[in-house]
Amino acid sequence: MNRLPEQGSGHQKQITELVILSGKGGTGKTTLAASFATLARSLVLADCDVDAADLHLVTSPEIRQRHPFIAGKEAVVDESACTGCGLCASACRFDAFQEIRDGKRRVIPVRCEGCGLCVHICPEAAIRFEDRVCGEWMVSDTRFGPMVHARLHAAGENSGKLVTLVRKEARRIATERSRSLILVDGPPGIGCPVISSVTGSSAVLMVTEPSVSGIHDLERVTALARGFGVPVFVCVNKADIDMSLTEEIKRRTEDSHDRFAGTIGFDEQMVRAQLEGKSAMESITGNTRAMIERIWENIWTAM
Amino acid sequence: MKVALTAAGNSLESPFDSRFGRAQTFIIYDTDTETTTVLDNAQNLNSAQGAGIQAAQHVLDSGATALITGHLGPKAAKVIFAAGIDVYQTDAETVAQALAMFTSKALKPMKGADVDGHWV
Amino acid sequence: MRIAIASGKGGTGKTFVTVNLARSLGMPVTVLDCDVEEPNSNLFLHGDLVSQSRVSVCVPHVLEDACTGCRVCADACQFNAIAVIGRKPLVFEDMCHSCGVCTTLCPHDALIEVPHEIGTVTVRQSQHVSLVEGLLDVGKALAVPVIRQVKGQVGADTDHPVLIDAPPGTSCPMVWAVDGCDAVVLVAEPTAFSLHDLTLAVDTVREVGVSFGVVINKDGLGDDRVARYCESEGIPILGRIPFDLDIARRYATGALIVDKEPRYRDLFLQMWQSITHLAQIGGNRDESLA
Repeated sequence: MNRLPEQGSGHQKQITELVILSGKGGTGKTTLAASFATLARSLVLADCDVDAADLHLVTSPEIRQRHPFIAGKEAVVDESACTGCGLCASACRFDAFQEIRDGKRRVIPVRCEGCGLCVHICPEAAIRFEDRVCGEWMVSDTRFGPMVHARLHAAGENSGKLVTLVRKEARRIATERSRSLILVDGPPGIGCPVISSVTGSSAVLMVTEPSVSGIHDLERVTALARGFGVPVFVCVNKADIDMSLTEEIKRRTEDSHDRFAGTIGFDEQMVRAQLEGKSAMESITGNTRAMIERIWENIWTAM
Repeated sequence: MKVALTAAGNSLESPFDSRFGRAQTFIIYDTDTETTTVLDNAQNLNSAQGAGIQAAQHVLDSGATALITGHLGPKAAKVIFAAGIDVYQTDAETVAQALAMFTSKALKPMKGADVDGHWV
Repeated sequence: MRIAIASGKGGTGKTFVTVNLARSLGMPVTVLDCDVEEPNSNLFLHGDLVSQSRVSVCVPHVLEDACTGCRVCADACQFNAIAVIGRKPLVFEDMCHSCGVCTTLCPHDALIEVPHEIGTVTVRQSQHVSLVEGLLDVGKALAVPVIRQVKGQVGADTDHPVLIDAPPGTSCPMVWAVDGCDAVVLVAEPTAFSLHDLTLAVDTVREVGVSFGVVINKDGLGDDRVARYCESEGIPILGRIPFDLDIARRYATGALIVDKEPRYRDLFLQMWQSITHLAQIGGNRDESLA
């Protein structure tokens, strides 16, 4: 297993940052993040699933700060200065212009890439280039500890940058309030936001399901995490849906020298906890509870 | 010669910032005149992407021929090394400490990027 | 007819609905897998390879003899994809959005555009289903060009149904996948997380301006909050797939439930009727992006 990488600036070395990922969505990533938040002491929560943030639904945050998230720019046509020549529309590579009347155009915000080509070539200088507010990020208090979370506006983009911002803020708060653990609820997929949430972290926990698509996505995400030199733990949720696939995931994990952290069975109690706005560890009983505790212990001891 | 150092402030007493692309400022120290100038790196914060490349461009435009930082990502490294700037790595607490280690030749030169992109 | 199957959150059953719907129709149908970071449709359709091609985007290339090192390109690039060292521009292809600003503005015609590969499009055939799958190369950041290429594989004049498996979330890739469709099917589960993500997806699809409805998957597992939301917002419910552990077990192994259980085929055919009805009463083809 890889050595835990050193963190950020000199005075921040004692902070452990665990990133929970899943590849495909809906495997129980957020449910586990909230469960670990109940079990861990002295933590900061970071919801980096900024496209579809859900952690706040079970942590009931009291929002203390709100900040706009600005990323890049967007073009805005000044209708009074526009002569309707149409040069902008023919040059734009993203089909972001719509004719209003007499050749006059407006920018369709969801299509504007923010490249500024139209701003440069408009012969009437009728196109302004404005900062683009793509969403907002918040610092809150929860019953588990401080939480940094964010919301991208509809059709907003640049979630990778917002992920970086959320993690940086979580790290700042952890340093300031001497908290030793940052628990990151990561984004789905393997793209830019995932890369942004993995780089420089202490460890990744992959939450997967025993299905062909679960295994397929698992391999892509673990390859990515390994590429960044970050140690990987794997656990299987809803393991009893297919025990032989669960075994196969365990075998593949051990073959690739990642760590297998445990399994959780399918349990309707997990859904009920979520509907009640609670973390699974605050409401469920029995075997599932013990299995989640064991996964957390395995990870925590290894880290 | 001019030396660029990544910092979280405006003077030699400021904390040293181990990040490169998202460092708050660059302190440019001129060893001949023993003077410092401050390069604000804040314009990076609102750019959509490519903070490391932009920061590297600022450093090389400042005329610095050496860079002292904590970690360097692959894209910034490509620009810095292509420009022939020597890079030295340290985990010093303050800019002054980093500079002192550099002048006493106690710092190791870096040969390439040591972290991946998107470093927080 | 182009129908996108989307959801604010991953794992609610987008791919499940897409592949089972495609198989149920029993007529020629094209599935476009636009979830280019995690394309999963072929794990269930098991198609035979028909063709494969690489996807490229245009990136600038510097003609060194013509370049004067004036920096106009680097200063104009909003994506920080060009640095200038001495008098020599250095292009970072992975950062480039192919917008054409640098090549248009270069005062010395010193920049030309050359192709740069970022992914693969694969075409497969499984019974009556043609599957076009986009796959973004690992480590590449821009999914949209691959999605545009996948959508471009089917002409607007095609007379058989086209089902688009959209990427999860509500950001750019999802917008490009659903834009220009005749209707969008949003798949949701009756849980708190899924409802929250559904409301984000609804905001986005409304912004894009395509008519849409909801399919409730795993109906009976949670409570009726998704149905109540749809009712209060006037959103049609296009179908309900009951919560059934047997479905999960079959799906886990890569089998299609409609191949095993005829009653599910009927369920999907009924769903298809509701979808086509929705598409006919309000489409917006002329806004097509792809």
